[in-house]
Amino acid sequence: MKIYSISREWRNQLHGIWMVFSLVVIILSPVILFGGLIYKSYVLMADQSLIDLLFSTKWQPLKGQFGFLPFIIGSLWVTILAIIIAGPICLLTSIHLTQYAKNYVLKIMHPVIDILAGIPSVIYGVWGILIIVPFISDYLGPLLGKQSTGYSILAGGLVLSIMIIPFILNILIEIFKTIPKELSEASLSLGATKWQTVKLVIVKKALPGIISAIGLGISRAFGETIAVLMVVGNVVKIPAGIFQPGYPLPALIANNYGEMLSIPMYDSALMFAALLLFIVVIVFNYFSRMLIMRYENI
Amino acid sequence: MENHSTKIKIENLDLYFGKKQILKNIEAEIPKNKLTVILGPSGCGKTTLLKCLNRLMDLYPEVRVKGHILIDDQDILHTTNGLNILRKRMGLLSQQPYPLPMSIYRNVAYGLRISGRRKKRFLDKRVEHYLNMVNLWDEVKDRLKEPASGLSIGQQQRLCLARGLAVDPEIILADEPTSALDPISSEAIEKKFMELKSRYTIVVVTHILRQAKRIADNVIFMYLGEVIEQGPAEEFFNNPKEEKTKQFLKGAFN
Repeated sequence: MKIYSISREWRNQLHGIWMVFSLVVIILSPVILFGGLIYKSYVLMADQSLIDLLFSTKWQPLKGQFGFLPFIIGSLWVTILAIIIAGPICLLTSIHLTQYAKNYVLKIMHPVIDILAGIPSVIYGVWGILIIVPFISDYLGPLLGKQSTGYSILAGGLVLSIMIIPFILNILIEIFKTIPKELSEASLSLGATKWQTVKLVIVKKALPGIISAIGLGISRAFGETIAVLMVVGNVVKIPAGIFQPGYPLPALIANNYGEMLSIPMYDSALMFAALLLFIVVIVFNYFSRMLIMRYENI
Repeated sequence: MENHSTKIKIENLDLYFGKKQILKNIEAEIPKNKLTVILGPSGCGKTTLLKCLNRLMDLYPEVRVKGHILIDDQDILHTTNGLNILRKRMGLLSQQPYPLPMSIYRNVAYGLRISGRRKKRFLDKRVEHYLNMVNLWDEVKDRLKEPASGLSIGQQQRLCLARGLAVDPEIILADEPTSALDPISSEAIEKKFMELKSRYTIVVVTHILRQAKRIADNVIFMYLGEVIEQGPAEEFFNNPKEEKTKQFLKGAFN
């Protein structure tokens, strides 16, 4: 069997050079990514003021006008909507699973959550087109007296919320699991009911963790592309309501890159959109993780 | 021991964790306004027995319990309602202090607030009274609004005692309450127990023989889920009857 083992020399080589090299590749990749985006979008940023780019609503690439506000607002709408829907559902589910439900329920739920998390996003998109979009145009819209094709901010938010539920739920379950049982015992032994204990002690103790789970959910939702793009309508206009179509940043990039690059500065504009996305996602990720780390130290 | 001075009586108590039997046919009596020590080597079921007394074992769905626990002649093991009122009759001090995630003041006022006492003047008085009772008032009176997690471990344990006393219990249950503390804080807790035992029935779980000798009026000795011997401390330490007890007193299991 000795034949199959790697010689000492090789092992040393592997350890000394290639392991470190692999590590460096991983550490450098976000830096290179960031550098590349800055470099490519610099053309646009040198030509136009940042304030115009971020706060102008004029999107006329042929005239060289690149106002990103409709896309930024579109992204904010779907993200906020998704969080408003998914946040409470995840919070209540995770409290139930960790505080009230029998152990076997959690054991059944774990694979269910993992399956949800593993479904490719294009499937969520198709499902959105088949179910959510007609539901909004044929039932929900008329019911609330709104004209809608169904391809709307609401459809995007709904699909997105389903997609981020497993992600947020997994983090929340882990967070509630870290809260020591003795803390509940202390509260109960002081005469608190189960509900008082959950409300006043457990949720309070978990609060930094809950906030960071939501933050990670936001960064996830903000960057999600394909499923949202399929149901959100993709109209360059600041949406007037959730039944109106919108055009989030990731959809802008995915729809147009490689298509209209003959227009001057268009590719630079798309890189600028990517840069915005990159920064927002990194910032939310960073602060959420900071909060989790601080919370774990307590 | 006369019957009328018995506070807690445990009869035929069996406890299973899944298929494993943790407590085997426990029979024990805990006298009123005395300090009873549940003594035994680690892992013999002392803590489990203690947590049966205030029904915290309900939190573990895999646990099944059979038998009776009578407190003032009332069987508490099989009641389903009023658990919070039952638990309030017993203050719990755990191995490590677990301050609630709130201010020092709120920790002590917690039990009172959840039972509906919210008048500030009343709460102020009670908080001061109970913090004084555990000799913590002078150390924390200027930072009552700060989070309790900022206190030292010894201070936290005294805070937890004050918090438990504030709901006016009849019984104090303590699960190795000094195991995480430095010698000075341990001594403070032990001294406090000696003062409190005239008014409360105190049950202390410990595996430390010296500590048991210092504080016990009454001893219940457990080994592998069974009660081996029990009785007044003096008799137990000077004149043990069972072979297991003699071995333990000689330090055989430690």
